[in-house]
Amino acid sequence: MNSRSPQLRDLRAGFAANLVVSLSVGAYGSVLGLMAAQKGLTWYQLLVMNLSVFAGSAQFVMVDMWVPPLPVAEIVLAVLVINMRYLLIGASLNPLFQDTRLGHKFVFMHLVADENWAMTMARFHKAPTTTWFLLGGGLCVQSAWCLGTLSGHGLGAVIANPERYGLDFSFVAVFTALVFSFWKGRRDILPWLAAAVGAAIAETLLPGKWYIICGGIAGALTAAFAPGKDGGDA
Amino acid sequence: MHNTADTLVWLTIFGAAAVTYGLRIGGLLLASKLPKTGRFKRFMDALPGTILLSLIVPAALAAGPLGWIATLCTALCSLKTGNIFLSMVVGIVLVAVGRGYGF
Repeated sequence: MNSRSPQLRDLRAGFAANLVVSLSVGAYGSVLGLMAAQKGLTWYQLLVMNLSVFAGSAQFVMVDMWVPPLPVAEIVLAVLVINMRYLLIGASLNPLFQDTRLGHKFVFMHLVADENWAMTMARFHKAPTTTWFLLGGGLCVQSAWCLGTLSGHGLGAVIANPERYGLDFSFVAVFTALVFSFWKGRRDILPWLAAAVGAAIAETLLPGKWYIICGGIAGALTAAFAPGKDGGDA
Repeated sequence: MHNTADTLVWLTIFGAAAVTYGLRIGGLLLASKLPKTGRFKRFMDALPGTILLSLIVPAALAAGPLGWIATLCTALCSLKTGNIFLSMVVGIVLVAVGRGYGF
C-alpha cells in the first residue's frame, strides 16, 4: 500500500501553486510586522499570533487595536466579525473534504487562509484535488506570513514609509488578482454587481467588517435566485 | 503588573485564535448538514467570488484615482492572462511609480 505518494504529490503541488501569491503575503506581512513592533508586541508574541490565529486582515485589526491595557473582549469580537467569512469558506470546502475522517478535518482546517483556499477552489473546478493540496498551500502561506511579519518586525527601521512603495496597496492588488480567477463568464455579472454594491453600502452603514459578509451574501443570493439559463433546477 | 499585562496578551491572542478556528471548522461541519443541489448549490458556488470581491471593494474605492486605475489594470490583467502574480505586480508597481511621480 503506497498511499503516501499521491498525498505528498498533492502537498507539493499545493505548496508550489501558492508560492507566487505568498510573495505578496510576505510583503503585506512585513507591513503588519512593522506595525506590531511599533505597538510593542514582541517577536514571539507575533509568531504565536501568526501560528494560532493565521488570518491576515484580522491580525491587522488586532494590532491596530493593540493599546494597553488590552481590550480583550473588543479585540476578540472584532476578530469574530472579520473572520465570519470563514464559516462560508469552510462550508464551500465541504465537497473537497468528503470521505475524510473527523480528525483529518480538525487538523487540515486550521491552515485555511483566503489565498490557499482560493487556489484550491480554482483547481478543484478543473482537476481532481485533495485536501493535501489545500494543506500544502496553507504551509506555504503560513511560512511566507511568518517570514514576512517577522522580518518586518525585525527590520522595522528599514522600511520607514511602506506606503511609498505601494505596499499598503498590495492587499487590494492581491485580492483583485485572485477574485478575477473566479470569473466564470457573463452569468457572474449580476451576482458580482450585487456583491460590490452590497459591500459598498454595508461599509458605510455598518461598523467593522460586516460588509464582507453582507456583500458576499447579497451576491450569492442574486446567483441563487437569478433566472439562470444553466441552472437546471426549478 | 507585568504579569497582568502578559496574561492579557495571551488571553487576546488565544481568544482570537479560538474564535477563528471555531469559524473555520464550524463552517465545514455545518455544511455537511445542508442541501447540495438547486438554489443552495448556486448560492455556495457563487460565494467564493462574491466574498473576495466584497473584501476588496471598500478598500479599492478608498484607494483614490491612482488606486482605481491600478485596480482596473490588475483586474484586466488577471482576466486576460490568468496570471495572478503578474496581475498583482502590475497593480503594486503602478501605485509605487504613480506615487513616485507625486500622484
